[in-house]
Amino acid sequence: MIDTLRLTAYEAARLLREKEISGAELWEAYRRAIDERDPELHCFLHVCDDPGGDGIPLAVKDVIGTKGIPTTAGSKMLEHYVPVYDATVIRRAQEGHGLRVLGKTNTDEFAMGSSTENSAYGPSRNPWDPTRVPGGSGGGSAAAVSAGLAPWALGSDTGGSIKQPSALCGNVGLRPTYGSVSRYGVVAFASSLDQVGPVAKNVRDCAFLYSVIAGRDPCDSTTVELPEQIRMPERVDLKGVRIGIPTEFTEHEAIEPGVRDAVHAAIERARELGAEVGECSLPLSLEYGLPCYYLIAPAEASSNLARYDGVRFGHRTASTGDRLEMYTRTRDEGFGDEPKRRILVPRARVHAGYYDAYYGQAQKVRTMLIREHAEAFERFDVLLSPTSPTVAFELGAKTADPIAMYLNDLLTIPSCMAGLPGLNVPCGLSEGLPVGLQLIGPQFSENRLFEVGYALEQAIGFDPVPERLR
Amino acid sequence: MPEISREQLLHVASLARLELREGELERLGAQLNDILAAVSKVAELDLTDVPPTSHPLDVVNVWAEDEPHASLPVDEALANAPEREGSYFRVPAGSVGGEAADARPRVRPAGGPGAGGTSS
Repeated sequence: MIDTLRLTAYEAARLLREKEISGAELWEAYRRAIDERDPELHCFLHVCDDPGGDGIPLAVKDVIGTKGIPTTAGSKMLEHYVPVYDATVIRRAQEGHGLRVLGKTNTDEFAMGSSTENSAYGPSRNPWDPTRVPGGSGGGSAAAVSAGLAPWALGSDTGGSIKQPSALCGNVGLRPTYGSVSRYGVVAFASSLDQVGPVAKNVRDCAFLYSVIAGRDPCDSTTVELPEQIRMPERVDLKGVRIGIPTEFTEHEAIEPGVRDAVHAAIERARELGAEVGECSLPLSLEYGLPCYYLIAPAEASSNLARYDGVRFGHRTASTGDRLEMYTRTRDEGFGDEPKRRILVPRARVHAGYYDAYYGQAQKVRTMLIREHAEAFERFDVLLSPTSPTVAFELGAKTADPIAMYLNDLLTIPSCMAGLPGLNVPCGLSEGLPVGLQLIGPQFSENRLFEVGYALEQAIGFDPVPERLR
Repeated sequence: MPEISREQLLHVASLARLELREGELERLGAQLNDILAAVSKVAELDLTDVPPTSHPLDVVNVWAEDEPHASLPVDEALANAPEREGSYFRVPAGSVGGEAADARPRVRPAGGPGAGGTSS
């Protein structure tokens, strides 16, 4: 009997290698888990048939293009879209390691959201408590891994869409350094921010999946060669590692006491493991990170969403009329509220003649966020804070108020704006729900993040299986 | 930042090729004003001498070799087209006077054809 709730990808690979299980049996185990638990959790928008072989199954966020497999981006706009080519990350997973795409996971529409409630196909639910959201936008991927519906998954992160759902579901998620993973074949949201990254049950699986997808891709000119190979973390101590605690990130009023306590306990663990822990300050990041993001990301989104015009692919209105009417109706019918908001926000600003005052200013704030982080890394190897200010919240709690929803990404956004990698590691429970800590490092410091994350993971001993499913 | 009026919202929506329905217009308009007010905070900072950042990666002018390689066959490239004719995407005829001249604000009553965002 394969226990998919506990099986790691590493262990699955060993069982396959030693022929204790077959590739077909492994696939079947995940399909059974999906049949059993996904009607409640709604992690998947599409489940695949076994393509055969001995590769480990992989769940894929539905913004990542998969040849011959529907890719909706959580939108009615792409309801019937079936890509004719694979994203580079899929090709690498298949060709390099024979990974088998298990299914496509739910996401906020065009990856715009923090709860999956913006999905045109209905929300996913948190495996720890199905009355609560799994986070977003990659809530389907995070919830699938936590509920044992997939050993690991790919997500995408613009302002927190991998780290935040990993925190809310209690698993390990990496937002890689901007430029380390190809976006070729991935539905674009905000191109100066989007990154594809892994979600896994533990740090080693996460590191391995990252090593599979990372590296320069000639099809994406914003990618670069990694400066060093990805290593599997082994050290269980943190001697000599300098960890900075940005005080604004641990003391902000939006942070729930239970979240703060769990992160402070993890900081104590880090000290016990030999880390040199000190305080630092990122004053502009929390004050201006979120407004900066909501000026820049929608501007890029508005431009990226211009391609959905009913001409080349995606939805086209059934109503008749001239071409202009076809465009406007197609876009009205195909887009939900959040994409519409993000299309209109930057245009409203430009229209009011405030391009320089706001968009130009936001780009300058971005420079300041980069500088502020760089300064902190003169004294510290990594920065540690909560990932999300709260644990998973109830479905519907924030849907009426876009700004309350945006605040979920308060702590994840600044490092995204600076192009820095971030790793979520579960560090405890608050009110019976997972709390995640966020490790931020300089560009291309993923190996260091995995080392620190692994040592903390071993010391904390968090059980990633939701209590109600044990 | 001054509030955006109903007329301005209709105008920018038409520039974005978005037709908004009654109800949608009021809801989105109020939310947009909240969002615009929240993000205008960045104007507080004096950043006169700070250069802007357009993306966080230190790469400039990445060129590919000018070598021919296989591209998608026409049938595959058109596989997702809502409508095709031969090897072309087919679209409805444009309006007299060109589309730019015709970018007039459009709003239609709630519950009209296509309401609810369902697709065909």
